[in-house]
Amino acid sequence: MSRIEGVLTALKGQGRKALIPYITAGDPHPDVTVDLMHTLVKAGADIIELGVPFSDPMADGPVIQLACERALVHGTSLRQVIAMVKEFRESDASTPVVLMGYLNPMEAMGYEEFADAAKDAGVDGILTVDLPPEEADEVIPLFTQRSLDAIFLLSPTTTDERIRAISEHSSGYVYYVSIKGVTGSATIDVDEVASKVNHIHELTALPVGVGFGIRDAETAEAVGRVSDGVIVGSVLVDTIARNQADTDQLKRALTDLLHPMREALDSLAS
Amino acid sequence: MSVKLTEEMLSALPDARGHFGAFGGRFVSETLMDSLMILEQEYSRLKQDPEFQARFDKELADYVGRPTPLYFAERLSRETGGAQIWLKREDLCHTGAHKVNNTIGQALLASFLGKKRIIAETGAGQHGVATATVCARLGLECHVFMGAEDVQRQSLNVFRMKLLGATVHAVESGTKTLKDAMNDAMRDWVANVDDTFYIIGTVAGPHPYPLLVRDFQSVIGRETRRQALEKTGKLPDALVACVGGGSNAIGLFYPFLSDESVELYGVEAGGLGIDTGKHAAPLCAGRPGVLHGNRTYLMEDENGQIAGTHSVSAGLDYPGVGPEHSWLKDIGRANYVSVTDDEAMEGFRKLTRVEGIMPALESAHAVAYAIKLAATMDKDQTVVINVSGRGDKDINTVANLEGIEI
Repeated sequence: MSRIEGVLTALKGQGRKALIPYITAGDPHPDVTVDLMHTLVKAGADIIELGVPFSDPMADGPVIQLACERALVHGTSLRQVIAMVKEFRESDASTPVVLMGYLNPMEAMGYEEFADAAKDAGVDGILTVDLPPEEADEVIPLFTQRSLDAIFLLSPTTTDERIRAISEHSSGYVYYVSIKGVTGSATIDVDEVASKVNHIHELTALPVGVGFGIRDAETAEAVGRVSDGVIVGSVLVDTIARNQADTDQLKRALTDLLHPMREALDSLAS
Repeated sequence: MSVKLTEEMLSALPDARGHFGAFGGRFVSETLMDSLMILEQEYSRLKQDPEFQARFDKELADYVGRPTPLYFAERLSRETGGAQIWLKREDLCHTGAHKVNNTIGQALLASFLGKKRIIAETGAGQHGVATATVCARLGLECHVFMGAEDVQRQSLNVFRMKLLGATVHAVESGTKTLKDAMNDAMRDWVANVDDTFYIIGTVAGPHPYPLLVRDFQSVIGRETRRQALEKTGKLPDALVACVGGGSNAIGLFYPFLSDESVELYGVEAGGLGIDTGKHAAPLCAGRPGVLHGNRTYLMEDENGQIAGTHSVSAGLDYPGVGPEHSWLKDIGRANYVSVTDDEAMEGFRKLTRVEGIMPALESAHAVAYAIKLAATMDKDQTVVINVSGRGDKDINTVANLEGIEI
């Protein structure tokens, strides 16, 4: 059982929902990323999605675009991001880490070398925004052989046929993009998300995480009610942007954001 | 080393998943997959639909003004002292460039699909103008994304788009050029995928765009082939076209791919020189990677971050290239070369002074290379240059380079 599967199974057994924060590695500076990851865990994170910065993040709104730019100013590379996970693992052996990003940095590194390095560092899952399963023939086996979970996106426009096909290629969880739009853009329609996620649950046995548009305890609770986990990104990254000058203040601000979400999700425990 | 391409091989490309050999494909976020699959299905249906094709041909004839002439540049040929130089006059298309061949095709597709809102990216502004033009023609809402730096460089085209009723969005992210405009167009598309059709201006992007843009632009090569046979009694010995994303080049090349005797030259923007790193020549100096929905040659750093580009010509200032060009490079069917900003400026001046034809700075790259090439060839050989656009839009850039204020 993978670390991701283990965590999600245990949560399910307790009737609890996963809190999955996203931050961009190297933002605001590569030196603080590992520290921020530990902060997220202390504030209640069950799984961390760690963004790999890319120069052309086409699926992201301005907040995460700027985070990529801040990280790239310091030359944050995929190899460095993997090294950050390795350092994180020295003092946290239990919290799963998913690398989330775009394909080209992986392609530039070489898929096999990337998969080896990710496994060695203690990475648990890979989510590549611009890699649909149709183009993933080459990489999925490299991940599977190393017990790295391949996590794919589902969207409001994904047909039933594709939901089934994508789920077959996925492990760990599937990531439901709750809105048509880029990260951090619109407000979600909770009823619509609920009906779609219920439908996805009918088509796959995998846990369903929901992201895009979750910004506070209220939306986290509403989405947590219908899903297996909530993914929180832009609101955290925006907090990083506003507190980048003072790391201690930043850590407090991130904690203050996540704590109420954790409590709201745990209030759902049955 | 060149590979003999048969009609049969060519008709099998791209394959069902949009691949040209190792290149192309469909690398986009999940939200766009459904729309791209529908577009692919609808296009393959309409491609066989006589009504759609008749409408397209009629627009090309009566609105674009086709066929464009194949013109013998007699003085330029004499001064060059080698092969006969012929010009395919895409600069005479309505709106002043070849871009409109494709925008008419895609706007008709949008109409047939019932989409009322159009988005487009633009570099030099020619594709933006061509898109705004056909939207005015067909009564469609038009939004054009343009890098903030290009908005500055090409203010005339920005004004033209606004006059045509388009909303121009200046893109401030990244390097503020064409690639960032394309990023923002894709972001808009994801958010408005239900009612919006994205008219991509070049042969790049996710499948089926490289296929349909190539099909719409191939009218250039079909006409050239027919006109060359009529006027010279034989096929040309060489074709020369500039390559940014590569739509005018693929349009010219495609109908000649199985004619082994015809040499193909794609001319990339060498900027300040390939060895300076300040250029926009992914086929000459890049490596394969994935950007904007397809696998193709890219300019990138060792970590896979897309590199900034430089060219005097906004329309060539792009770090990628159409995947079919990447394939043609790897199989050795086409030659990809580069000329510098200075050489392109020289080509611009030469064609203007010797033939009274002012080419776009993009097309001037092809002119500059073709003059060098023709000089090495025999008098009974022929070279066709695709003059993909006219130079009026570049007057400010040329004046600036010469220190003149208009």
